[in-house]
Amino acid sequence: MQTNWVVLIIAFSYLALLFVIAAWGDRRAEQGRSLVNSPTIYALSIAVYCTAWTFYGSVGRAATTGLSFLLIYLGPTLAMLCGWLVLRKMVRIARSQRITSIADFISARYGKSSGLGMLVALIAVVAIMPYIALQLKAITVSYGVLTEYPNLSPPDLSLSDFWNDKAFWVALVLAVFIILFGTRHLDASERHEGMVTAIAFESLVKLFAFIAVGVFTCFVLYPSPATLLSQAGALLPEMERHFGLDQIPGGPLGWFGTLVLAALAFITLPRQFQVLVVENVNEQHLRRACWLFPLYLLLINLFVIPIALAGLLGLPGTGEPDSFVLTLPLAAGLEALPLLVFIGGLSAATSMMIVETIALSTMVSNQLVMPLLLRWRRLHLEESHDLSGWLLGIRRIAIIAILILGYLYHALIGEAYSLVTIGLVSFAAAAQFAPALLLGLYWRGASRNGAAAGLVAGILVWAWTLLIPGFALSGWMQTDFIERGPMGLEWLKPYALFGLEGWDIYTHALFWSMLANLGLLIGVSLFSRQSHMEQTQAALFTNALKPEAEMAAIWQGHASRYELFRLVQRYLGKAATQRLLGPAPTGDQIDSAATPAMLAAAEQGLTGALGSATARILINSVVRGEALDMASILSILDTTSQTLEYNRRLEQKSDELARIGTELKGANDRLRELDRLKDEFLAMVSHELRTPLTSIRAFAEILNDSEDMAPEQRQHFLTIIVRESERLSRLIEEILDMARLESGRMTLSPQRCDLSQLGHQAVEAVTQLFEQRQVQLDVELPDTPCPVIADPDRLQQVLINLLDNASKFADPETPQVLLRLQQHKHKFSVSVEDNGPGIDEAEREKVFEKFHQIEHQQQGQQVAAQRPKGTGLGLPISRGIINQLGGRLWVAEPEVLGGACLRLSLPQALEEDQEVSS
Amino acid sequence: MKAPLQSRLVALSLLALALFSPPLLLLFDRPAAWGFSSLPVSIYLIWALVILLAALTLERPDAD
Repeated sequence: MQTNWVVLIIAFSYLALLFVIAAWGDRRAEQGRSLVNSPTIYALSIAVYCTAWTFYGSVGRAATTGLSFLLIYLGPTLAMLCGWLVLRKMVRIARSQRITSIADFISARYGKSSGLGMLVALIAVVAIMPYIALQLKAITVSYGVLTEYPNLSPPDLSLSDFWNDKAFWVALVLAVFIILFGTRHLDASERHEGMVTAIAFESLVKLFAFIAVGVFTCFVLYPSPATLLSQAGALLPEMERHFGLDQIPGGPLGWFGTLVLAALAFITLPRQFQVLVVENVNEQHLRRACWLFPLYLLLINLFVIPIALAGLLGLPGTGEPDSFVLTLPLAAGLEALPLLVFIGGLSAATSMMIVETIALSTMVSNQLVMPLLLRWRRLHLEESHDLSGWLLGIRRIAIIAILILGYLYHALIGEAYSLVTIGLVSFAAAAQFAPALLLGLYWRGASRNGAAAGLVAGILVWAWTLLIPGFALSGWMQTDFIERGPMGLEWLKPYALFGLEGWDIYTHALFWSMLANLGLLIGVSLFSRQSHMEQTQAALFTNALKPEAEMAAIWQGHASRYELFRLVQRYLGKAATQRLLGPAPTGDQIDSAATPAMLAAAEQGLTGALGSATARILINSVVRGEALDMASILSILDTTSQTLEYNRRLEQKSDELARIGTELKGANDRLRELDRLKDEFLAMVSHELRTPLTSIRAFAEILNDSEDMAPEQRQHFLTIIVRESERLSRLIEEILDMARLESGRMTLSPQRCDLSQLGHQAVEAVTQLFEQRQVQLDVELPDTPCPVIADPDRLQQVLINLLDNASKFADPETPQVLLRLQQHKHKFSVSVEDNGPGIDEAEREKVFEKFHQIEHQQQGQQVAAQRPKGTGLGLPISRGIINQLGGRLWVAEPEVLGGACLRLSLPQALEEDQEVSS
Repeated sequence: MKAPLQSRLVALSLLALALFSPPLLLLFDRPAAWGFSSLPVSIYLIWALVILLAALTLERPDAD
């Protein structure tokens, strides 16, 4: 047995050592030679998971319920195995968004909702308070055992003489420690390097103490583990020590339920979130921690079963199973080892209380108190120039309040709970954060309303199935509702909800609360709309590990540099503000606008101190205009949008290519058509030229060969030769004309002339021909002059051509041709009509094509059929000339004779033209 | 190609979950020396094996 004061001196010396280590850690951090920048320190700090509950409780559980104690460590092992995937994502998000606690994280994920942050903070305080009480209880009990042994009466706990309870003084010292190292500065980063160093040290102490007891048990108390096991096998009753699966409460199902519960709670407990995510310096540290921390858990559990067996063998001298670790060396009469064990237990308890209190006080001040203060006393706070003192004050008060509440809980009802029960009840409450947290990391559709509904439902089910019956069993209220259900409603029995019986209470509670939590989270999310802010944050969170998500939120809008500076200074103090935003604005700079980078830095700084929801409200208060262009942010963040944009461009390109392809095809088709036309033209021209040439040659050969030919016949043949030669030369003339017309090289010399006079001249020119063909020509020309601007020679050529054509196509029996000149307003039209078969509607444009012959006209005319009546170039040339003179030539409806009617019209020459020409 | 490290870790997590869960666990729950079950030893061995595999996977220099 140790004297009181020796124990006290050693205990408080140990706490003093923590102060020194933490101060050293902080000093090194300030010097830039950070101690915590090491994966091993990080892994050791995660071991804050092993509390007094591990240190004393594991052996207790092993002695009573066999292997079930292992589940509490196998669960985190599983969680750490996926740590590189899940935790790294959380760490990266927390870094870019300056997350300070799990409440802040969940609030930020769901659109920086302050309501959700409050809810999480409240649940955390309610759920974790008993857990803190548990640590204080462990300190009281272990102190009692150490000083009173072998008198093992349970320590007398009452509020009236709290100053005799060492746990109270430990809590007080811890409050000082936490205030010193947890709230020293309000920097943008809420890291506490000194504290982390102290925690890592404490993890080493508790591991060392526990292994020391284990080695003592296995190799000193008993000569070898085999001896211990064989003695236990011989002396202990079968049920208590065979460590099979049937010893686990709830059997295989209970095993699995507790495994899942521990895995979820490991990530969602506020203190674990603090060390895993918030205090992480470098995400690469996770790489080592992911296997080193499970190894730590394996080591600290290695000797649990031997100690439990030795404790059971040593009864009754070893007392309660929860104290075996301490009583075993005490019973052996050792002096130093029990003290080491006590220090180990103390370190386990204090490390948990330190981290948990910091995490909770940050949540309370950032998510609960500050938003309410800003809302209620806004005017007052607006006037205040420096709120950094306020913030620190609130946080310090929160720390003291949390520790005092924990102590009260411990003093008032701690007695009724065993260590294990409190721990698992807290686990089940913390696990309620898991759906909103983990699903929010991977499912973009998870919405704020869904998360809130799921959390509320889950925590209500938890309260009904674990918390309230726990209170009842502590003797605070009637317990008959546990047996028979409230007001006789059997299906509402807290340990057998809806008649689900035969499960252990934790698996039962986990199943129902997760069902309600997940069900509502998914269901409500599917049927509610997300705000823009929620969508932005959801995109940021779910895409955190993708490289393009590195960008932080961008502020748009205008804020004056001075106002921004004043705002940040009010909350963070002058030094921190200058570190964030540079030197204070002076002179001209006061009115200048803050850059988006400064706004982002200010928001990050404020988020680090106040939480994301509050920081956003504050920045909004100084930013004028559109604070945040949601659409632009969404377009930047939306990873698919880049792909879409790329796709859209590709589509455009291919459309363009397709269009160009079609154009090229069209051009090619046109070229082919032109080529075909050219070939056709050539073929026609050569054909047209060959026909007269052939007859000339034939008749010339006849004349040459037959010398005794009758002179009349000779004369006849010569006439044919002359006529065909004329035809040939005319054809060539026309082809040349055509070529000139088409190449635009035909030069006309337009001048003022009288159309009527030209008509008379043309009639005179063809009279001879018409008489030969016995065609009757009627002429209707006005006596008044009909002035037009034209090339008289060419125009006459056209008229003669038309008359010639008409005489060819007139009725063979009584051929008649009519030439008529009429005036229509400012135009003169000349029509040449015949009494032939006329031109079909469909043929009317084709007659203007080169070498076109109207074929059906040749039927029934045996002689003429052998030779075409024209060259097929007359009309195209005529139309070309008339067009060039500014007129029109077309096939019109016959008016008098009913045959073909070709009509040309030319504009009347104006008066001034007359003057010019005269 | 998906990062092999991530795929390996997911596979390892699933393996650990399967080994630590009832159907497979029941296989290890056999009577052993001195009337104890073989379960505790099996679990400690599996645990150590899983940690070893995780360490080998994560500490590979060529991992991403």
